[in-house]
This record gives sequence, structure tokens and C-alpha cells, in this order.
Amino acid sequence: MSRRPVEWIGLYAVSVLAALVVSASLVEITGGDWRPVLDALLDGSLRGPGRWGESMSVAAPMLIVALGTVVSARAGLVNIGQEGQLLIGAAFGSYFGFLIGGPGPLNLVLILTFGALGGAFWASLAGGLRFWRGVPEVLSTLLLVIVATQAAAYGLKHEWLLLADAAKRGNRNQVSEQLAEGNRLPYFHLFDNGIAFAVFLGVGLAVFVGFVLGRTTWGFRLRMLGRNPRAAQRAGVSQRSMGFTALAISGAFAGVAGAVMFAGGAFAFGNYRFVPGFSSNIGWTGLLVALVAREKALAALPVAFVFGGLRTGGGFVSSTGVESRISDVIQGFLVLALLVPPAIMFIRDRRRARAATTART
Amino acid sequence: MSQPPLAPTGADASASAPAVELRGICKSFGRVKACDDVDFVLERGRIHGVLGENGAGKSTLMKILIGLVLPDEGSIAVDGSPVQIHDPLAAARLGIGMVHQHFSLVDALTVWENVALGEDGALRPHAVRQRIAEIGDRFGLEIDPEARVGDLTAGLRQRVEIIKCLRRDPAIVIFDEPTSVLTPDESQQLFSSFREVVAVEGRAVVLVSHKLDEVLAATDEITIMRRGAVVDRRATADADASSLARAMVGRDVSLRSEQAAFGLISESDDVEERATFASSSTPALDLRDVIVDGPGGVRLLDGISLRVGPGEIVGIAGVEGNGQRVLGDFLSSLVPATSGEVAVGGVPVVSRRSGAMAAAGIGVIPEDRHDSGVVLDMSVAENLVLTDPSRIARGGVLDTTAMASNATRLISDYDIQCSGPDAPLWSLSGGNQQRVVLARELDQQPRVLVAAQPTRGLDVGAIEHMTRCLRDAAVAGVGILLISSELEEILDLSDRILVMSRGRIVGEMARGDADVEQLGLLMGGAAA
Repeated sequence: MSRRPVEWIGLYAVSVLAALVVSASLVEITGGDWRPVLDALLDGSLRGPGRWGESMSVAAPMLIVALGTVVSARAGLVNIGQEGQLLIGAAFGSYFGFLIGGPGPLNLVLILTFGALGGAFWASLAGGLRFWRGVPEVLSTLLLVIVATQAAAYGLKHEWLLLADAAKRGNRNQVSEQLAEGNRLPYFHLFDNGIAFAVFLGVGLAVFVGFVLGRTTWGFRLRMLGRNPRAAQRAGVSQRSMGFTALAISGAFAGVAGAVMFAGGAFAFGNYRFVPGFSSNIGWTGLLVALVAREKALAALPVAFVFGGLRTGGGFVSSTGVESRISDVIQGFLVLALLVPPAIMFIRDRRRARAATTART
Repeated sequence: MSQPPLAPTGADASASAPAVELRGICKSFGRVKACDDVDFVLERGRIHGVLGENGAGKSTLMKILIGLVLPDEGSIAVDGSPVQIHDPLAAARLGIGMVHQHFSLVDALTVWENVALGEDGALRPHAVRQRIAEIGDRFGLEIDPEARVGDLTAGLRQRVEIIKCLRRDPAIVIFDEPTSVLTPDESQQLFSSFREVVAVEGRAVVLVSHKLDEVLAATDEITIMRRGAVVDRRATADADASSLARAMVGRDVSLRSEQAAFGLISESDDVEERATFASSSTPALDLRDVIVDGPGGVRLLDGISLRVGPGEIVGIAGVEGNGQRVLGDFLSSLVPATSGEVAVGGVPVVSRRSGAMAAAGIGVIPEDRHDSGVVLDMSVAENLVLTDPSRIARGGVLDTTAMASNATRLISDYDIQCSGPDAPLWSLSGGNQQRVVLARELDQQPRVLVAAQPTRGLDVGAIEHMTRCLRDAAVAGVGILLISSELEEILDLSDRILVMSRGRIVGEMARGDADVEQLGLLMGGAAA
């Protein structure tokens, strides 16, 4: 057992190093110089003034998405539609936020609540299909992303939905109204860095989710459902209601992430407007964070930070003159480097488990 | 009744040689001898029954013939010339075909598509359909080639499976328990049409079965296997159900009496103690007319009524696959009943709700502990509170200290060998995993304990421990339903024995009157 942390660190070191070497060779082959590229990556994510705060703030919505994914994954469900759930959450949050209005803090609570409801609603569609009609949630959650994108685009075409009045937007811009300054989530300025409120929300949620999953009977039953549904059913866990709830919760987290991005996102995802392409792949990235963190809420904290840093650093890499496609590929390699160790360990654990059970039964 | 074998067509040297001759076949799996010096001769134009209990070595022998298992020793001759059968393709080239016990059909495809699966070369739908019609005519296996296999009843699927085999026109056909899913009518019809064809065309057929009446009705000769060896061979005309049952089960003495003779159990006291429970109070478990239907409308449990008194051990004997597993699943809230009532200690239980049986006080040691008994990825401590984690929780929050102390106590009480409460369950041996299940189920002080095949796969020491725990639980007043396909175990432990066949209780006897021959008859599905 004590060998495991060493194994993990070793695996990560090897795979990240390999990704860096491959990326550096790629930059050299295409006629660039790898040193300034590496510098830009580190400057953009950590070393530059105010950059680590920015990385954390970008990471926060990814973290929140990942926490929801951890919940559904514990129940043995594969939700891969966070991108759509996040988008619907942001749309719900902004629509009802503007519709109902109210003073600053109250309006923010509204936005976050409706964000959660929107995401939960979107995931529940897949949940209903899964538990009453037997449609695999892998398919339905994924396909609902496409529906969500279209629905959001539709909303942005009609003034009675999300589109702002002509007076409040640039000509032909398909954007929503802008959130009033007093109704935005605050930024905190610490050590010369701006840290979004979402960071604290995310950390708090991570601790909460970790506690609920690890220390409560609810979390215990959820884990049982994921690991052995039949044993769970015998113990009185209804696959239908528990599984449906877990999927809805994971959607709600993605929806909150969307609402947070709208009302106080780090690099102002839409500058406090709901805009086309609002979700900016945060949902997909959050899913990756959950995959790397392997169903552990607290492990998602550092992982999300790394992914946030890759995103903020990636922007700086493009400014070194490396072609944008190459910098995309570099980011891709680094993400892969983070995904490989958990995959290796998973396969190894399963082999060990199988060897142990077949040898001994 | 038996017909004289007709000379096969093409009279040459092979005319006198048997279709298949196996000599001195040995096959071991680990320490288990599945086949021990088996001789087996199959003549043309006859149906040869192979009879035996589960694990008697029937299936292994047939798998050797079809090339799925290679024998350790022994020789095989087909039509008098020695051959090596390394794989099923080699068997097919020799004209040996097998109808498997478990379906290997694709539900989404039609009948003719399934039949055509696995053929080489171009697909000729018309030819395939014609062949199906032809086979249907000749063997009385009519079927609509355009029907989707997923829509067919089990009996018709079996028919497709048989047609798949016959399409290659095998000279030697092996049926591995073909009728386990057929109604008696269907199986009778199948074999009556089969007999004629076999005799006329000089084919050789092996019918593997544990159903006495079927073997008696359909075959010309019978080989009986027990524990990997052939114990008897006779012409069907000379056989009757009771002598076959005796040969199949292979004993007159119950193990219990032997043990008592050796002073291993002190039966007098615990039996008396338990008898007082049984007579006085309401039954611990009471099932009335429980009917469970499976997918496709197959009746899995067909009106089960039974009572288990407090402190009573009721054994359910029967050949596997006759509904025992479904009964266990039903009492674990894993399958709902179509109709019928269940009461635990006089209180009715809603069978549809998940966990209702466990909550009502039915503990279960499941037939396959990995299926519903444990979660391999969770720790020993967690598995020890699996069915009811709220016992060690306050306000929905788990008390990890209580969980650990609960685990420590049970680990020492039940002598579970593991590296500690936090060890993942998969790191334990099978016997110790079974102890975890036993410890958990008994520690929750159930009213009823369902023990399904509780000693399967355990070594001698573990079996002894399990047996002692079950007896102790009964002494403490728990009603025990022991489901087992091991007659010895049933005879050894039960106060009362029920026999299950085709989803029904077909017989009941007190331990004192238990008669092995009668049990064997009932298990084989013969009328009592």
C-alpha cells in the first residue's frame, strides 16, 4: 500500500516529461525554439503578475463541473454531457436573473439557483430516458449537448428569450443583456492576484462533496450502487431513484458552473453576457478533470488547477509566434500526459483484482 | 421397445466399428478429476443417454468430443480410425455437432440469419431458408425463418439452436441438456421425431441429461456417470427410474449418520431444542403460491408455497436450474413476484420494493457471493455493514470508529483471515469472503437465513465452519432455508427436505424418512 504514492508521482513525472519532450521536438521541427514556448507556458499560468489567480479563477468552473461528475460516476453512471448541462444552466440563470431581477445579492442567488435547476433539468432528460426507457446515459447525455447548443442559439435569436433589446447591444450582435455591475459575483484581491468568488465556492463544494460521499450513509449507498448494483438493490437502494438523483445532481453542478461563469467568470467568458459559444469547452474540460481525479472530490482541486493553468498558459504560448495549431497540439499532449497515469493504474488495479479473485476463489 | 440398429449406409469396414469410441479418457482441472479413466462407446443408429448429477463429468466428456477441452490421457476413435480433436472445427470436419445447453443466438437477427451465422463464403439467403424448411420437415422442427429470434419462446429458440447444428448434416449429434428449457410436450415431440430419423439414417446421437423420465423415454442405451467415472452402462429396456436414480446419486447411507457414528456431531440436544421453537410459534418464513415470471413469459417459479419455522432447517434439494436461483433472488428482493404472498414472522412483505426482504429480516448467503453478496472494491469493514449502513451511523453520518470496531469484532468472532478492516474485499480468499457474508448476515440477527449453496467452492475446514454456524443459528431460533444441489449437505443439515423441480415443490419429507432413492426420483422430475 505504501508504494502507491511513489508509483503515482513516478508515473506522472515520466508522462509529463514525455509530453514536454514531444512538444519541444514538435516546436523545433516546425522551425520554432522550445525555450521561449516553455517560458510562455509558465509565465501565462503561474509566473506572470496576477496569473496564478487567473488560473485558479479559470479552474473554478471546471472544478465545479468535475465535482458533479464525481457524484454521478460514483453511482456508476457515465455522464459526458456536462458541456450542454452547463450551457443550459447558464441560459436558465441569465434568463431568470433578468426576468425576475431584484437587488444584487438576491439576484445572484436567483441566478445560481436557476443555473442549478437548468443543469439538473437537462441531465434529468437523460436520467428519465435511462431509468424509464433503458436508453444508455452515455449516448443521451452526449447527444443532448447538441440539442442544448441549438436551444441556446435559438434563445439568442429572440428578444422574448435571451436576446437583448436592440438598444442594449451592438448591431446584429446575438448576445444577451449585460449583467448590471452591482449584480456580479465579486473578485477578491489577494497577494496581487484577483481571485474569483467561484474559487471559494468550488473549494467549499469540494469539501462538502468529499464529506457526503465519504462519510455519510447516502454516499455509502451511492458507492454501493456504482460498484455492485445487485448488492445495492438487495440492501434497499433503488437503482432508479438513486441513479436518477445522482445524474440530476451532476447536471446541477454543471449548471452552477455555467451560472458562475455568467455572473462572475474569470476571464469574463461573455463579459457578463450570455453569448454564442458561451460554454467555451469548460464542460468538456471539467469532465477530463473528473477523469484524472478518479472519482475523488478532493483530488479534483489540484487537477482543476493544472487544467486551468494549461488554459491560461496556452494563451501566452500563442503569443510567442508559434502557430496556434501547434500550441493546441501542445496543450493536447499535456492533457494526455495527465490522463495516461490514471489509465495505467486503473488497468493494473483491475488486473490485480482479477488475479486475486480468480486465484483465490 | 428398443429397436434393432440398422446397418449404416455405405457398408464397408466402418460398418462394424462404432461411430465414436473413447478409451481411458482422463481430464483434471487442478486437483479435481473431471474425467477419470472413462470409456464410452457410441453406436450408429442409436440414441445414447448420458446421465449424472451436476459435476459428474458429463459436460467435460462431451467437450472433449467436440474439441473444446483436450484430454490429459486417452484415445478417441471415429468410425474405427484414431483421431485427434484439437478444436471444434476439427470436430465439425469429422461430422460431430453439438447443441449447447446455453443459447448462442443473436436476438436481433432473424432465424435464418442466425442459422447462416458462422458459415463461410457467400451468403445465399434462399438456400438457407430452403435448408431450414427441409430440416423442419424431416425432423419435425417447423419454424418461421423470418421470425426475429428475440421474439421467440425458449422452446422455439432451442429449435433454432438444433437446426443450426443439423444444417451441417452431422453424423454424430450431441445434445447437452437440450430440454432444460422445453416443456415436457415439446421435448417428447422432439425426440419422437428424432428417433425415426436417427434409426433410418444411421446417425449417432448423445443425449446428456439429468432427467430420468426423458432419458428413459428417448434413448436406447444409458451411461451413468458419477464423480468423473462411468459407474454403470445398460440398455434402456433393462432400466427403470428407481435403479437409475440410485446409480446416479450413488449412496444409500446419509452422511449425517456416518458423522454421528464418528461422534462428530452431538445431534440429540440441538434437535430437541429446535423442535420446541418449531412447534410453538408462527413461521419465521411463510411463502404462499409465489409465482415469478422471467423475461419472455417463462415461468421460473410456479406456485411455491413453503414454511420455515423458527429454529428449523428446511433443505431444498434439486438439480440446479430448476428455480433455486430464482427463489434466492426473490428472497433478496432482486426479482419481483408476479403473484403470491410472503410473510416474515407473520408480517407480510412487499416483494416489489428493493431491500424489502432484507429489511423484514431475511438474511441471505447468495449462491454467487460476487453477484449480490459483497462489493469487491469496498473494504472488509464496509462489506460487514453493507446491507444496513445506518446501524453504524448517526443522523446519516457514518461513524467510522463504530464501523472499525464492528469489523474488528466480527473478524475475530468469525475468524476472517485478512490484513485488517481496511483490506479491500477482493484481497481475501473465497472462503474468507464467504465468512464476511456469513458474519454480516448473522450479526444482523435475521429471523430467516437463506443459505444458497453455502459451501460451494470452500475447502473442508471452511465447510465445517459454515455448517457449525448454520446449526448454531438454528439453535438460536433463526429459521434456515438451505438451498443446495449437494444432497449430502441437505441430508446432513436439514430437519425437513423439500424437493424442487421445474420451479415447483414436488415433494416433502422429514429427515427421518428421507429416502435417497425417492429423492433421486423426485429430483429427476419423475412423479412421486
